[in-house]
Amino acid sequence: MDFYLTALLQGLCFSGIALGIYISMKIFNIPDITTDGSYTLGGAVTALLLTHQQPVYIVLPLVILAGALAGAITGLIHTRLKVNPLLAGILVTYSLYSINLTLMGRSNIPLIGTTTLFDKLPLLADPNRNTGIILSFIVLLITLLIGYLLKTDFGLAMRATGNSETMIRALGVNTNSMKIAGLALANGLIALSGYLMTQFQGFADINMGIGIVITGLGSVIIAETVINWLRITSAWLSLAMVIAGAIAFQMVLAVTLSIGVDANLLKLVTAVFVLLIVSLPRLSFSKSS
Amino acid sequence: MIALNSVHKVFNKGKASAVTAINNVSLNVAAGEFVVIVGSNGSGKTTLLNLVAGSIFTDAGSVHIDGNDVTRMADHQRSKWVARVFQNPLSGTAPDLSIIDNFRLAAIRTQRKGLSIGVTGNFREKVRQHIATLGMGLENKLEQPMGTLSGGQRQALTLVMSVMDSCKVLLLDEPTAALDPRSADTVMRTADKLIHDFKLTSILITHNLKDAYQYGTRLIQMQEGTILRDISGSDKSLLSQNEIFNWFS
Repeated sequence: MDFYLTALLQGLCFSGIALGIYISMKIFNIPDITTDGSYTLGGAVTALLLTHQQPVYIVLPLVILAGALAGAITGLIHTRLKVNPLLAGILVTYSLYSINLTLMGRSNIPLIGTTTLFDKLPLLADPNRNTGIILSFIVLLITLLIGYLLKTDFGLAMRATGNSETMIRALGVNTNSMKIAGLALANGLIALSGYLMTQFQGFADINMGIGIVITGLGSVIIAETVINWLRITSAWLSLAMVIAGAIAFQMVLAVTLSIGVDANLLKLVTAVFVLLIVSLPRLSFSKSS
Repeated sequence: MIALNSVHKVFNKGKASAVTAINNVSLNVAAGEFVVIVGSNGSGKTTLLNLVAGSIFTDAGSVHIDGNDVTRMADHQRSKWVARVFQNPLSGTAPDLSIIDNFRLAAIRTQRKGLSIGVTGNFREKVRQHIATLGMGLENKLEQPMGTLSGGQRQALTLVMSVMDSCKVLLLDEPTAALDPRSADTVMRTADKLIHDFKLTSILITHNLKDAYQYGTRLIQMQEGTILRDISGSDKSLLSQNEIFNWFS
């Protein structure tokens, strides 16, 4: 049972990544893979500041800011220098590896002797349940914030930027600035995931972000499949589905491990699983036709 | 209202494929004028319109709108004065956003898109009244995604959207080219009514010579990047449809 609880908690930690990928991929229609770098950056900044005895509430905004900066740089490279967004993201992630390593000073920082977010608020006696409550609260809060943002005039302009660029430029929106802001927001959320995960697992590692973009993509694709299947149009429900997607994704991995699949094969299994969800709608169509 | 002074535009400059799209054109459009531009493909009509809108910049010469030098201003900055309807019905609206959300963005075309929710009950009512003037029954489908509507409905809505915020100049780039005759007629009549009611200065590009004859206060024929004919006022009303047809024979 603990096994699935851990998966649930990890899923909650990854909600930021899922929401970030949802914003860059679904709302802005930009394949952004700054994710791997900005997630680790979030972890690195968290570990660095916590081991320097900075309180968690000061660390949080700094982590989001760092992630946002990384996203904004990808956005600048993409819009001002007209570089393909995939390449821009790869370049930023690649450089972030060095930056993260320089920040951390070594490849792994354990959070020994620090007060994490989860130690700070002992609401329940059971540590796992306590973590669950705190994570749920944070995830609920960011989901509500993003949901509100998407309904504002700014949010509508964001959605239109990814949907019909000619239209929204004619309506007075600088789409370049909008894309930079969107990528900053997305990577700020992704860094938040790094912040949560580092404190949850008790360490930051230089390799923690490798391939993490798949987690986000998988979550969003699960969410999208359900959204299309149930014909969901509400922005709130869509965001809730993205969070549910992040949790479902971790659950599937937990099941995979629990039925005895070699942990070394986990990334292969993950990739096959994502491929399966992507192709599922098409596979079932081809049968009926 | 719109002034182009010795405007010049060459595409693929310096290459073998260089094309002079606009060749030293000067054009003054007075406030309230409704200019119709005709001309064969490649005569520079759309380039001229894009130069006014700011989608592309001039190589030489200047562009003024409402007394402001906008030569180096981007399209999203010129949207302060200019509203546009595109040839492709898909370009003027966001398909995945609902009708009401599209209208909200249009209603703040000249304003900042801030962090408050603008789609309120009052706003809905205002939009419903505006859309009802079209008589298409769309006023009860405000929550429907724009993408589910037909091209004609979308073009008509784009026209109404253009006057949701203060608008001085309306640019229409073959707005009916992708529509069936009946929708085309509705869209043209809506455009004419809005231009009249809101006293807009407008430029219409069309291949439909019947529309060119029927609408507008001034008729311009373009050829190879220059203005070949420029007929306005009583001369335009004296023009017969056959004469316009003969320009192209």
